[in-house]
Amino acid sequence: MKQVMEFEKPIVNLKEKIAELKNFTKDSEIDLSEEISTLEKRLSVLEDDIYGNLKPWQRVQMARHQDRPTTLDYIEKLFRNFIEFHGDRLFGDDEAIVAGIAYYKDRPVTVIGHQRGKDTKENIRRNFGMPHPEGYRKALRHMKQAEKFNRPIICFIDTKGAYPGKAAEERGQSEAIARNLMEMAGLKVPIICIVIGEGGSGGALALGVGDHIHMLENSTYSVISPEGAAALLWKDSGLAQKAAETMKITSYDLKQLKVIDNIIPEPKGGAHRDLEQQADYMDHVIEQSLSMLKEYTPEELLEKRWEKYKQIGDFTTL
Amino acid sequence: MLKDLFGKRKKYATIPNHQAKTDVPEGLMQKCDGCHKIFYRKEMKKNLNVCPNCGHHHPLLAWDRIECLFDMESFQEWDKDLITSNPLQFPGYDEKMEKDRLKTGLNEGVITGKGFIDGQPAAVAVMDSSFRMGSMGSVIGEKIARAIENAREESLPFIIFAASGGARMQEGVLSLMQMTKTSIAIKRFSDAGGLMISVMTHPTTGGVSASFASLGDYNFAEPGALIGFAGRRIIEQTIREKLPDDFQTAEFQLKHGQLDKVVHRQEMKTLFITLLDMHKEGGEIS
Ligand SMILES: [Zn+2]
Repeated sequence: MKQVMEFEKPIVNLKEKIAELKNFTKDSEIDLSEEISTLEKRLSVLEDDIYGNLKPWQRVQMARHQDRPTTLDYIEKLFRNFIEFHGDRLFGDDEAIVAGIAYYKDRPVTVIGHQRGKDTKENIRRNFGMPHPEGYRKALRHMKQAEKFNRPIICFIDTKGAYPGKAAEERGQSEAIARNLMEMAGLKVPIICIVIGEGGSGGALALGVGDHIHMLENSTYSVISPEGAAALLWKDSGLAQKAAETMKITSYDLKQLKVIDNIIPEPKGGAHRDLEQQADYMDHVIEQSLSMLKEYTPEELLEKRWEKYKQIGDFTTL
Repeated sequence: MLKDLFGKRKKYATIPNHQAKTDVPEGLMQKCDGCHKIFYRKEMKKNLNVCPNCGHHHPLLAWDRIECLFDMESFQEWDKDLITSNPLQFPGYDEKMEKDRLKTGLNEGVITGKGFIDGQPAAVAVMDSSFRMGSMGSVIGEKIARAIENAREESLPFIIFAASGGARMQEGVLSLMQMTKTSIAIKRFSDAGGLMISVMTHPTTGGVSASFASLGDYNFAEPGALIGFAGRRIIEQTIREKLPDDFQTAEFQLKHGQLDKVVHRQEMKTLFITLLDMHKEGGEIS
């Protein structure tokens, strides 16, 4: 049973009613097919209406949904022979980030992503997908290796943010993030980033410097969580819903702000409703990105990367 | 009592703007944030806002820093007129900016430009925490990135004084992306052989600490400066533990290997002069 979000309750209720009727007709002589068909039509309209017009706050709930597919789910669907490699060679292994190599179609690629847990136990092991510096340094180690062996890099972004902890600060959380931003800028292989859930601040960005930035339709990308923004701006974390709207954090907002290149559609009701379908949509996009990016020389790649980020931001003159 | 007289006042009155600052007698005295002793403001200023008694480093306005660093009248400012366009149409943002423009005489929280330090040319970006806490939005990112690009094109060393509470909330994800913009500029500058010196002043936190401030060839900090990624309160709430008093100070960061050196404000210029000179010829092996 999938966790039901408040706004989709009317859909779930209607679905239950239809199931009930279908069940009833199974063991009775009464023909309810007409009623059922009417209700199914109504359901389809209702679904389009609700899922087709998601408010920013509803998308936040989608992005945080406990059943939302994670990096490893997509890796399994999209790649072959994924081999995970561990450790940053400096301090430890951070399981909030997974990294390794795999085949995409027939070519080896480096795959890196934030990794949340599926349950409490796994979440504790993976620190709820919130990395420490060693996670970012492991990621960078793999990126450098990708460059050495001329493999494209595919990053999945899905984190509430870099972990705000004591040890993380002591080991240089700031430096680890900053270093990744700077080094990713110079990697001479194509980098494709896909925001699959929450793209939380610098902790997301540290895997997010690339040539093509894609975002699942219901994922979010922001400088701070809506709750954090509300607390900071209006001293009331209860205004998170308002903050989600004001802060412009949905895929549509980010496309408009030119922060991302492309929105990847989600199956009706969200990625967690149909992983196969979602992976299919992503497969298409990755294929397209890779074939576009392989046309560039390393120098062109870096120049274009710079051009792209140089333009982000808006200002005027006095 | 003198203490009562000053107790209600802001401990550190803001100076309206660059031009006016010398002839405004407002706040003749200043209380040290470190030892709470009271000094003539003039005396404190002569000492570069470092307490003559306890050595506490008070914030220094960007223009004051430029004035004490660069040779007389050698400083040329870049991109002075860039201001925010309020890209998210964030309610109340324009008013807040206008207020700080009037309060500080600055158009944004950073001044960029070039000049000579004891005869040696250098490009610089100096952040000013009195302007919206030095929070980084599109303009700060753009000005810093342009300054670095200018330094690359003119083969100048680049010095940055960071002072920032983090991202500018009112510009949302665009402020986040300034971390990337500035970091890529530094990569290009560094690959071209440019020398970058970063000085973290109080406070250097959040997105600024997690981007350009940490990317110098040499990373310095002023004594006592607060430096870190996440805020103390958020960390305490997360780990449910009280943090030590010296947590995230410059000295703490030095101890944990995150800084090259903690440098007293009065020794900063001398250090720069030496470093600039040592990197002048691009090094030689013989
Ligand atoms: Zn003092």
